[in-house]
Amino acid sequence: MSPNTFTGNRALVIEEPLIFEQGEPQRSGVDLPQAPEIADRLGGLERQGAIGLPGLAEPECVRHYTRLSQKNFGIDTGFYPLGSCTMKHNPRLNEKAARLPGFAGVHPLQPASTVQGALEAISLLGRWLMDLTGMPAIAMSPAAGAHGELCGLMAIRAAHEDRGDARQIVLVPESAHGTNPATATLCGYQVVSIPANEKGRVDLAALKAKLDNKVAALMLTNPNTCGLFESEILEIAAAVKAAGAYFYCDGANFNAIVGRVKVADLGIDAMHINLHKTFSTPHGGGGPGAGPVVLSERLKAYAPVPFVRAGENGLELVEHCLGDGEKSFGRMKGFHGQFGVMIRSLAYILSMGGNGLWQASSDAVLNANYLLARLSAELTPSFPEGPCMHEALFDDRFLKDTGVTTLDFAKAMIDEGFHPMTMYFPLVVHGALLMEPTETESKQTLDQYVETLLSLARKAKAGGAADDFKAAPRMTPRRRLDETRAARSPVLRWKP
Amino acid sequence: MRFLPLTDADRADMLKTIGAASVDDLFCDVPASARQKGPLPLALGLSEMEVERRLGSMASRNLAPGDVPCFLGAGAYRHHIPAAIDQLLLRGEFLTAYTPYQPEVSQGTLQYLFEFQTQVAMITGMEVANASLYDGATASAEAALMAARVTKRDKILLSGGLHPHYREVTATQARFTHLKVEALAPDPFGIEDLMGRIDSQTACVIVQLPGFFGHLKDYSALAKTCEAQGALLVVAVTEPVALGLIKPPGAMGADIVIGDGASLGVGLNFGGPGLGLMAVREKYVRQMPGRLIGETVDADGKRGWVLTLSTREQHIRREKATSNICTNSGLCALAFSMHMTFLGEAGFTNLAKLNHARAVQLAERLSALKGVKVLPGSFFNEFAVQLPKPATPVVEAMASRRILAGVPVSRFYPSWAEMENLMLIAATETVTDEDMDALIEGLQGVLS
Repeated sequence: MSPNTFTGNRALVIEEPLIFEQGEPQRSGVDLPQAPEIADRLGGLERQGAIGLPGLAEPECVRHYTRLSQKNFGIDTGFYPLGSCTMKHNPRLNEKAARLPGFAGVHPLQPASTVQGALEAISLLGRWLMDLTGMPAIAMSPAAGAHGELCGLMAIRAAHEDRGDARQIVLVPESAHGTNPATATLCGYQVVSIPANEKGRVDLAALKAKLDNKVAALMLTNPNTCGLFESEILEIAAAVKAAGAYFYCDGANFNAIVGRVKVADLGIDAMHINLHKTFSTPHGGGGPGAGPVVLSERLKAYAPVPFVRAGENGLELVEHCLGDGEKSFGRMKGFHGQFGVMIRSLAYILSMGGNGLWQASSDAVLNANYLLARLSAELTPSFPEGPCMHEALFDDRFLKDTGVTTLDFAKAMIDEGFHPMTMYFPLVVHGALLMEPTETESKQTLDQYVETLLSLARKAKAGGAADDFKAAPRMTPRRRLDETRAARSPVLRWKP
Repeated sequence: MRFLPLTDADRADMLKTIGAASVDDLFCDVPASARQKGPLPLALGLSEMEVERRLGSMASRNLAPGDVPCFLGAGAYRHHIPAAIDQLLLRGEFLTAYTPYQPEVSQGTLQYLFEFQTQVAMITGMEVANASLYDGATASAEAALMAARVTKRDKILLSGGLHPHYREVTATQARFTHLKVEALAPDPFGIEDLMGRIDSQTACVIVQLPGFFGHLKDYSALAKTCEAQGALLVVAVTEPVALGLIKPPGAMGADIVIGDGASLGVGLNFGGPGLGLMAVREKYVRQMPGRLIGETVDADGKRGWVLTLSTREQHIRREKATSNICTNSGLCALAFSMHMTFLGEAGFTNLAKLNHARAVQLAERLSALKGVKVLPGSFFNEFAVQLPKPATPVVEAMASRRILAGVPVSRFYPSWAEMENLMLIAATETVTDEDMDALIEGLQGVLS
């Protein structure tokens, strides 16, 4: 334990009250010109009384947020091997490009003639994503991965209904991200779960047994959430198609195969692409992301509005389901999608090029297999038979009878300066530890991480260390937080 | 390649440790027919300098509102953002963090989101707010679904004064979840009768404040009717700066307030990302979509924050979750929250007053223009004008004079002939006297 200080501060980590506990109402960090005298047109709807917001001067505001930032771990801080999240380096060129006044400052409702560069950027990014996947169409407006899933399923539902074939069921493997079944419900479908086989892949026989004329689609993550490529994917695609259903692929793990596998060659009908994972835009503490969806020839006509197309006077935005957009399922997002995120990923793609993307997925897979190989010395890999893709999955068998849980193990990593891996997901193995190193980590970082984890594993297995693990982390701005208390009597805002 | 630290020697070493002959061998589970033999025949990677040049030239082909007079609104408003905000947003500890699943190393994110939730609740006059949704339009769809869950009813009533994108997105979502939508005709004069359409099947009514056509309405009576019928009142706010000056929806009796916060801190960005806002009465919180941050204590008894009430969410409840949302708009919420903090009570109120004063001045000057009619009624920083000819060519002619004059209503309602001459026009604190002179002079030329 570090020594107590008078202030409770610990050098660079400074206790910071809520903004509501600071400031004076008349103070402000923004100087504004005096409003001219006018006869108001508010129609008697003025606010009565104060809102109660605190007032801080600019230096106080800057210090507040700087101190808050120092209580956070980011990719810039250190290794962040969060499985399924692709925490790769976020290039700063992306940020600079997105801040160009001609991009950041543009209003969504300017006449098309004044935003040709913006429309070109959307169109160019869409072209790259179609080329990388081999797919013939793309919907650019979805705001995130789960929103992309919704886009894909809405297109699928629209396609079925267009043929007068209302189906009710979406098949989802039990290893899927929680967003998959939640999306199916939002699209009015019932979810039926598909078991995994002992190799961590979809059980093809069980899948075939559930495929009938009530099934609208299969939602499958590939590479899957165990970090494995679905080796029978062509058979899966053929079976889905033969049943008259569509094949939706969750593209959260696209980073493993970008440039190396065209998903069109796998027989899929729709796949979202998380620009904030594969294409390096920042996660920002939980967004904003973007989830464009590539579509097959069978689904192309049902894509949402808006979309960009070439017109007589240059590029134009089609914003309504009229004329040749008539089969479109409609609009699912305000304005034209996550433009700022698109610019960032376009800057990344242009930086990487076809050759760089090939090398990136190669290195991502190499790094994960390196972790799998070296960590297997002390940890228990869930699927040791063959190589993994971009993430390595372990379970908690190596902690059996040590009194240490996956959670304790992860919290001990924090004190060692690493962000934990994804814990307890996927649900198909016990006490999962899912690690995704990405291609932007050096061998030196991986070696240090491996040595640390091996040493922690040996310490746990040696026995008598359970209490020590349970007390971790000790050196963070806060130690383990009481989540039960937070949920039992929720305090969701500050009150005077 | 500047983002890739591995050297060829590293790669060879690592393959040896793995026991594979080549990286290609690691892809052995991919069906052979689907494996690319080498990089796709696409453009090669570029240096930073080359990418900057390419994107810079693309950006320069856009007319940026910062360079020319701009009176565009209709759901996206140009405001001045204090310089410090962008500098702080670029701090890597904010920018490059994930969703705060590990609270011990995420107290920065968790605290600012808790402050954000409080600010949103305060300015809307509501009890609690979530940690953001994608944008205002998707928040509207989420509100409709939430109202259907709370009331166990299936009819959604959409005001003609609600932003058309909010209407369309809500209608799309409703169609796929078997909810019935009744969308009233667009209402430029603010005269629609909603109360007469609420019945025992109505889950919610979604209205907007200030309305899409600018009107400020007190929805207190509507709230009472909703309550009497067991329906929820949802109020959308596309311009949160208005809440610095006008009566908040919470004080009118709203059950759910949704909106877009991009006006504060986020900026225009061609309309995305937005910042979906949602604030509700506390009794409905367990039916709310999206992340929620709650206060608690740590093992040493010190105050801290965590993600809470996760049993509503997809990663726990899967197909029974309140929404499928995972990634939301965290960094935009930070930008909004910073802007609110920098402004404070006095700054927020003054900003709103300045916006209103600019719009009133603009309305007076436009009223004096021959053939131009400002539609009657109250407004905040935006209103509708009737032009003597179709708005779209007028706006285009003005753009060729390098003036972004307004948004033709027909862009949203192309099949409504009676909307053809209508234009929405907004004035924020960024509009100068010279901008207004240029607009008036330009319109005189284009309309003559």
